[in-house]
Formats: sequence, C-alpha cells, structure tokens
Amino acid sequence: MSTTEKLLEGTGRWFDDRLRTARPVRTFLRKIFPDHWSFLLGEIALYSFIILLLTGTFLTLFFQPSMTDIAYHGSYTPLDGVHMSEAYASTLNISFDVRGGLLMRQIHHWAAILFVAAIVCHLLRVFFTGAFRKPRELNWLIGVVMFTLAFTEGLFGYSLPDDLLSGTGLRILEGVLLSIPVVGTYLSFFLFGGQFPGHDIIPRLYIIHVLLIPALLLALISAHLFLMFHQKHTQMPGKGHTDTNVVGQPMYPYFMAKTGAWFFFIFGVTALLSTFAQINPIWIYGPYNPSGISAGSQPDWYMGFLEGALRMWPSWHWDVGGYTFAFNVFVPALVPLGLIMTGLAVWPFLEQWITGDRREHHVNDRPRNAPTRTALGMAGVTVYGIMWLEGANDIVARFLNISLYLTTEIARYAIFIGPVVAYWVTKRICLGLQRKDVHLLEHGVETGIIRQLPNGEYIEVTRPVDEEKQAVLEARSELPQIEAPVGDDVPAPSARGGLGKLRVSLNRVLTESIPLPHGNGHQPNGHGNGHAGEPTAVTAGEAGPESLEQADGDGSGD
Amino acid sequence: MSWITALRRRPVAGYAVVLLGLVTVGMGYGALAGPGSPASAAIPGTVSPQTIAQGKELFQTSCSSCHGVDAQGTAQAPSLIGVGAAAVDFQVSTGRMPGKDVGPEMDRKPVTFTPQQIHALAAYVASLGGGPAIPSAAEVTPTGANTALGQSLFITDCAQCHNFDGAGGALTYGKFAPALTASTNTQIFEAMLTGPEAMPVFSNTTITPAQKRDIIDYITRLRAEPNPGGFSLGRIGPVTEGIVGFIGGIGVLVFLAMWITMKRRES
Amino acid sequence: MSESQPSHGLAPEEDGGRSRAPHRVIGTPPPAQARTLLGEAPGSAEPEAPRELPAGPDNPAKASTAEKVIAACFLLSMLASIGFIAAYVGLEVHSVDATLRSNLALGLSMSVAFLAMGVGATIWVRSIMPNVEQVEERHPLAASHEEREAFAKTFKEGAEASGFVKRPLLRRTLIAASVPLAVAPLVVLRDMGPLPGTSLRHTVWRRGMRMVVYGPNTPLRAADFSIPGQMITVAPEGFTENQDVLAKAVTIIIKFAPGQLVPNTPSKPGTIMNWTVDDIVAYSKICTHVGCPVALYEQTTHHILCPCHQSTFDATNGAQVLFGPAPRPLPQLPIGVDSNGFLIATSDFHEPVGPAFWELG
Repeated sequence: MSTTEKLLEGTGRWFDDRLRTARPVRTFLRKIFPDHWSFLLGEIALYSFIILLLTGTFLTLFFQPSMTDIAYHGSYTPLDGVHMSEAYASTLNISFDVRGGLLMRQIHHWAAILFVAAIVCHLLRVFFTGAFRKPRELNWLIGVVMFTLAFTEGLFGYSLPDDLLSGTGLRILEGVLLSIPVVGTYLSFFLFGGQFPGHDIIPRLYIIHVLLIPALLLALISAHLFLMFHQKHTQMPGKGHTDTNVVGQPMYPYFMAKTGAWFFFIFGVTALLSTFAQINPIWIYGPYNPSGISAGSQPDWYMGFLEGALRMWPSWHWDVGGYTFAFNVFVPALVPLGLIMTGLAVWPFLEQWITGDRREHHVNDRPRNAPTRTALGMAGVTVYGIMWLEGANDIVARFLNISLYLTTEIARYAIFIGPVVAYWVTKRICLGLQRKDVHLLEHGVETGIIRQLPNGEYIEVTRPVDEEKQAVLEARSELPQIEAPVGDDVPAPSARGGLGKLRVSLNRVLTESIPLPHGNGHQPNGHGNGHAGEPTAVTAGEAGPESLEQADGDGSGD
Repeated sequence: MSWITALRRRPVAGYAVVLLGLVTVGMGYGALAGPGSPASAAIPGTVSPQTIAQGKELFQTSCSSCHGVDAQGTAQAPSLIGVGAAAVDFQVSTGRMPGKDVGPEMDRKPVTFTPQQIHALAAYVASLGGGPAIPSAAEVTPTGANTALGQSLFITDCAQCHNFDGAGGALTYGKFAPALTASTNTQIFEAMLTGPEAMPVFSNTTITPAQKRDIIDYITRLRAEPNPGGFSLGRIGPVTEGIVGFIGGIGVLVFLAMWITMKRRES
Repeated sequence: MSESQPSHGLAPEEDGGRSRAPHRVIGTPPPAQARTLLGEAPGSAEPEAPRELPAGPDNPAKASTAEKVIAACFLLSMLASIGFIAAYVGLEVHSVDATLRSNLALGLSMSVAFLAMGVGATIWVRSIMPNVEQVEERHPLAASHEEREAFAKTFKEGAEASGFVKRPLLRRTLIAASVPLAVAPLVVLRDMGPLPGTSLRHTVWRRGMRMVVYGPNTPLRAADFSIPGQMITVAPEGFTENQDVLAKAVTIIIKFAPGQLVPNTPSKPGTIMNWTVDDIVAYSKICTHVGCPVALYEQTTHHILCPCHQSTFDATNGAQVLFGPAPRPLPQLPIGVDSNGFLIATSDFHEPVGPAFWELG
C-alpha cells in the first residue's frame, strides 16, 4: 500500500472506531443523483448563501451598526463634511478605504440578488414539475418559509447602510406598520424605538440580519438538504425511470465534482458581476435624510411586487368612530403577500384533496402533462409580474415614454385580466403540446423520405420514436378517479355535500388532459390507426378504464 | 483578392457584412448628428443696439409666430415679457426653442442658432421687460464651492424630479424631468433661476447664486465621477440591477448548468 | 494468555508483565485481521466483488487531451489567485479612481480564478471520468406495519408509565405553568419603545417659529420668495439637525400669483387663506400615503407629485388628492410673517401629518 492509501485507511479506521462510519459513509458516497440542469437551481441558492456568509463576515469586521451622527472625513470627497450616521460612514469606509471592500460589498449584494432569484426559479421548477407532491410536502413548506426569510433578510441587509434609497424603504415600512389597525402605532414605535427614524432601527436590523435570520436559514437549509437526501431527489421522466428507483450518477466522485464545479461557477459569475456591474452605489444616493427623496426610487427586485401593490391600490380608507381603517396601505402591503405565501404553502395539500392522489411521486411531471396546474402557476406568475412591473412604473414611464398615470391605470385592470388570459393561453398551449406528443406516439417521427404508393399517392415515411423519447412521452402519472358512485345515482361519500360537489368539479378541471393513445403503442409503419378526428381533452373521471388499471404510478401507462 | 472570395462562402461572412454595415451607419450617424448644445453665449457687460436689432429680426422670423409679434404671447405660447435673458438663453441654447412638435413638454434637441445669435435673441427679449440675466462665467464656475451644501440642496430640492444622479424622472401626463447629463453649468444655473416649463423657480433670493454654484459643483462632480464598481447600469438603481441579475446572472448560470449536466455523446 | 502476548489495550509497562485472564475486548480487532478500505490484501482468500465503476476514461485519447486542457485551467486559476493577492498588496484605494482600479483588478482575478476552476472541474467530469448511469432502488418511505405498531406500543407504554395521561391534575397544572412562562419573553420586549401616546398628532412647529431654507438653514423673508412658481423646502429653525423632528416637520412652501389659490369653503375644501401670506402657501412635505417626502412640484399644472407611489395633490386647492393611493390631503401649515418680514409658522399643523394610523380618526 502506498503512503497515501495507508493514511486514508488510518483516518478511515480512526473515525470508524468511534462512529461506525463505514456503512453510512459508503451509502452516502454511492448515493445516486439524477441529472438535469434544472436540478441545479436550488444549488445556486445554496452556494449563494455560502457566499453571503463568507462576504458578510468580512463586512461585519468593518461595518458600524450605529445611527450616531458624525461628519464624514474619509476618502470620498464629494461628501466631505456632510453629516451622516456611523453606519453610512462605515459603508463609505468599506467602499473607499478598505482594500477589496467595494468588491466584497458588491459580491455580497449580487449574491443576495442571485440568492432570491434562484429561490424563485427553483420554486417555479418544483411547482411546474409537481415535485412538491407526496412525500415532499414538508420540504416544500420549508422552502416557502425560507423564501420569506430570504427576501426579508435582503430587505434588512440593504437597509443597513442607512442611505437615502434604503432609508426611504424603511420610511415606507413605518407607514405600513402605522396603517395596521389597532396595533399599528405600537408595532411601529416598538420596532423603531419611538418615532421615525429614531436611533435603534439600524442596530436592531443588524442583529436580525447577521444572527437571527442566518441561524434560522442555516437550520432550515440543513433540514431541507437532509430531507432531500433521505427521500432521494426526484428525477425527470425517461427510459427506466420509475417511481421506485433513482437513475443517475453516484455522489462520489461524480456529483461531488459537479457540485464543486458549480460552486466555482456561481462564485465566479457573482465575482464577474461584481467586477463589471456596479450595484448599490450608496455614495451617489447620499446619507438618509427624511426630507430628501429621489425620482425613481425602488427597493431591490424581490420587494418590487410589494412596491407595485402599494402604487396601484386606490386610496380606499374608512374613518369611523374616531378610528381609521387605512385599507389603501395595509391591504396592498400585506394581502398580496399573504395570499401568495399562503397559496404556495397550501397548494400541495389542496391539489392532493382535489385529485385524491395519495401515492408517492418520485418522477417529475412534464409541465404540459398537468395543464391546469401549469396554467394556474402561470396565472400566479403573471399577477406577481404585473405587480413587479408596476413597482418600476416611473422608470417604465420615463424610458418607454408612457404617461405615468396610464401605467397605474393599466396595472389596475391588468392585475385581474392578466392572470385570466395567462391561465387560458397556458392551458391551451399545454393541451396543444400534449396533442403533439400523442401525435408523435401514434404516428411516429417524420423521416423526410417521400414514397409513392402503387396507386399514385405520395406518403411521407415515418419511423417510430426511439425508446428514450417514447418513455418520456408516455410518462404520465395517471390520476385516480375520485371514488366511484356507490349505487346507481348515489355519489361516493367524499363527493357529497357542498364541499364534495366542489371537489368533484375542481377535480374535473384540474385533471383535464389529453389522454395517451389507447394501447399506448405506436404503429410500426406510422400510418396511424384511422381514429377519427383530433384527440379531445378528458378528465380522470372520463378516461377509459385501461388507462387507470395501474395504480402504482410508475408513469409508463403500460 | 481571392481571399475575399474564399471567405465569402463561409457562414460567418453574412454576419460580418451585417456588422460592417451597422458600424458604418452608426459612425456615419454619429458624425452627422447635431452636436450637443453649445456653451451658451458669454455676456459682455453692455449690449449694443445692433445686437438688440439683430435679435429682434431673429425673433420675428423664428419666434413671433407662436409668441406674438411683440412677444406678448398667443394661445399657443406664453408671453416673454419679463422672462429675462436667462430664460431665452436656456431655452434656445438647449435647442428646446424654437419649439417644433407641441407635446406635453419641449425636449432638448439640436440647436438652431449660433451662440452669437442666441446672445442677440436674449438681449432683445431682455430689452422688452427685463428679467433674470444670464449668469457670468464666475457665477457658474464651481471652484471653491461648498460641495456638501450642494449635495444637501440637490437631494432636498432637485432629486425628487431629476433623480439622485440627475438621470431624470417621470412627471405627470407624459412630462418628464430631463436628465442633466448634457446640461452646461450655465444652463443649470439658468434653469434654477427661471423655472422652465414645469420646473419650479428657485430665485436668487431663495437659493443664492453661491448656493446655486454649490449645486452645480455637486452635479458636475457627480457627472464626471467614474463608476468604481463597474458599469453604472444607468445609475438608476435596483431596477436595472434586477434585470442584469436575472439575465446576466441566472441566465448565464442556466447555460453553465446545461453544460455541466449535458448527456455525453458515446465516444 | 502467555506473558509474551500483549494484553489488548494495555502497554506492556502498564501490564506489570503479569499474565492476565482473557477479557472481552469490544471494538478493535487485532492488527492481523485489519480491514482494508482500499483494495484487497495480496493473496487474500476473499473473492473480489465486481467493480461498480470503471477504472479509466471511456476514450483515453480524448481524456489525455482533456487532461492538458484541465491542467491549463487549473494553472490559470492558480495564476489568477496569485494575481489577486498581488493586486491586493500592490493597489491602494482611498480615491474613486484608485478604487476603480483595485476593484477591477481584484474582481477580475477572482472571477478568473473561480471560473477557471469551474471549467477545469467540468471538463474533468465530462472527459476524464467514465460515463456511467447507475440505478438505485427506492424503498417505500413508510415504515412497515410491525414497526409502526412497535412505535405506537412504545409511545403508549411510555405515556402510561409517565402518568401523564391518567393524572389530569398534573397535566393541567403543567400547562398552567407553561403559559405565563411562554408569555414572559414577550412581555420583556415592552421597553423596546415608548407608547405612541399622542406624539403622532403633533410636530414641533409653534407660533412664531421661523422657517429656514433647509440646507443653508437660513431664515427666509416673504419678500425674497415673491416670484410666482417658486417652491422650496423649509424646516423649523433650530431643528435642522434633528432627523426625528424633520421626519414630521419638514414643509414645502409654494408661491402663487394672486388669484390662483382656491379658497376653502364650507361646501368645497380648498386652501385656507388665513393660513397663507402673500399667496405663499405651506404644506407638509410628508406624504399622507406612507411618509415619503412629497416634493415634486409642477409649476404648470400646480400638482405636487410624490415620487414613491405617485400620489398627486393640487397645490392651489388645499393639496386635495387628485390621483394615487393617498387617502387625505397634505396638511396645510398656518404661516405668517414676523416683525422683520421673515416667514414664520403661526401654529402647529391642525391635523396629524404623514401616513394614516388607527387612532387618526
């Protein structure tokens, strides 16, 4: 044995003697990870978080979380002599008087932007592929909580330098708190330690930002990763991919190398952005002052949807009995946020209730194969997107030369019309794609070879799709029918009553889908079997019995 | 020349031709497009009657159709009696006047007159009813200015329309506060003094000439300042940062993710 | 056990050299039977387990080219990291230009260092490591019926043994004890801030308090603010460094031509003319929506626009709301002039400034 081998063996034995590591570590090293680019989105968030921890620690060595007023005499001469908080002055110090300080600030901020962006992309991927279904509902909930923590963390983080832009954001936060009925003024005074701005908010946000939320996030990320390991990752549909296996490459050495490469890429792209794209130039904004404001003030992108909600809401309020219900503020600030987060959180359970599907799912759905879910998701994305655009409406008005009020008026209507249109369009697209898949299965792939039949007719020769593609096309998790009627006309127990009837009709909508061809075969010569007309969408309740025989959900439909 | 013929058949040749065409047109346009607004006319201590007469002639040709024969105003344009030389110098040296398309506001556009002609026009209008004078060079040169005070005043009274970087901002009904990138020191002074169009007036008794100079100092410093963090992304803040983050960050990473996880060809 | 054989776990010195009775050793097997983690001992009698992973690349020729490319990437990364350290040591900051150079050098070297590593590692996986596809079986996540039963039994027995179930007095008093214990940590947060009281209803403006132009902080004569179309931000004299005061008291004043202001009438709210002086009107600069400074004054339309959420107020008409989410007009500050002609407040605002709150009424 070589020296290295002896060293490794010795180390391995040392740990095994104490922890019995041989078997669990071996299992870990052999763990299979399926390959798909969209599975790397969550890792962007993970590694961005690590980058945030590293650069954040650097920043804490120099940042002063204090609102004490001082006159600046550092290297940034345009602000020489200007009165500002120590927090702002220390941020200027980091930017211009600490080597690498500006780079670290920029990496920290870009990593935060990517962190939340990756969470959103990862969330959408999990949603559209149905990866939140049993047994992963708990992981989904953890993810939703982390999403909320992530953008809160970002909001508090960019408020720490106490510059004009982020201070305006804190002012808006104060206004939102004040508007809350009954307890609003108390909440505001307790958070700010009195009237706005006071002297306490920056130190308080600091401790929440560097200790409390990162600790929560670390714990939740660990739980999230552990669950993912324990339950094994989902996989995309493919040949040989079933609900009872995982196909891919082992952790050691493949996945370790790939995830290592990915970490370097993420850090590298973040560093590249931080070299060439200036972010949060607080020296241009100037220190916070409650008498100053800039045109085109926006929060960071992930708070944009709340900003847009505040802009588009009309001025509804109700003064009664010496009290004011400030609907114009607390409704847009809290209701869309609450609806989105609650909607996300309950969706796996709602879908389970509607479909009655209680099986484990480990093969992802292709989004087109869940047309209603995908359409609802796009409707949600549209609502979020319209709010987000409205948050930048003065920039949009300025640079696209649209009248300012018109942008808000459009948003007020678009917020209702947009999701309806998006739902309808997405659903039609999904059903259309399903029809295309069925066509491929039934008729095969065109080869471009034209042949003349003896009777003079020209046909294009088709060949059947290859096995890998066929497995993907046929991958469907056929949904169970909600319990069949008991007697002639007596509905099943779960389909009775107001709630039951609602469930049945929601089921009909949610499970609408183009069925796979009967027999699921493809004709060898690709001529088709002369079925009449286009396949029409059916729901789980109407699909033929043969497609529902298999309840093991292996997705192949055979 | 056979190497051109040989290269002509390459697939990349098409792209090269398009690129060459774009560059040629772009450079040609840049050469032909009007220059930025010239420095406005330096004003000597006194104005001669010949200058006023020249100004009157220019006014009759180019301005009276909207502003009236005696600058008394018409339905289309306000009276210019008492607006002062400063207002004329500002409007004409930024090209806003003579106004062409009447929209929610007049934008900066290529200048029609030479500095000497602008000087004459301004003198003529000033002779009609007085008004704020064009600032002297000393008044707009920011040497020894109090930059800190300029910053404070700019943020308090200018940034809400013009943005903390002077990038401009949206106003109501299709108007907008313009960017300050092309404004000369004199034009900034004059704009504050005369309150063109929707902009409020900041008279010399409210914001003194020295304080105006401080503001000009701050604006010009900010404008000349390099961006230490990289490309400025327009200096308009989180909106462009978010766009770049998604497209330049997530977008690039998605392509890299596809590379890492691509199925390998069996070799 | 003979004296010549060492006792397990004891060095010969400690043993005292005496033979000891064999004792049970748990754990470390004697060295002769050592397990190996890597490879098999030569001449071992155990049959070799089949390989799970191939030993070498699929295409050795391609792999050896790739190896050179990867090595180049890693070397590039090494140089870039050294460059990073050199740039840190060699480039100073302390000015905007120097910071630009430093940021560019440090950032570029760091980016190259990381990206080159990433490229190298990716090519390594794709070209050096053999292409494998392995299948791992999933087991149902749910435990077997027996295991669940066993769990239920253990849990139930423990509950019974603890006496928790059968003794309601214990249970209830335990819960009763936990409630205030859980509430106490919330109670100690009370001193995080004072109670709001009526502080939101007042600002520092008082009768006779002079207005100063915010920035230079000099008082302003009405006669110096006489051109219609003027606007400026003012603050109460003596409080210009106090941000808590400014956050409520900062005010804008606007000068109008005679006849432009629309007076307040019982039937239609407007500008309260008693509170103006020489057609100069003062409004709170704190938007009644969520508190941004509202200062975007358009001379031509007399609109005051808040840049945050576009609430728009009519300055001639008592700052009535024309558009946007603000629920009420900007409060008007009663102003006058003192004996020297300086603009002063003649009282505090007659209503709370800023965003609406529950007790506003």
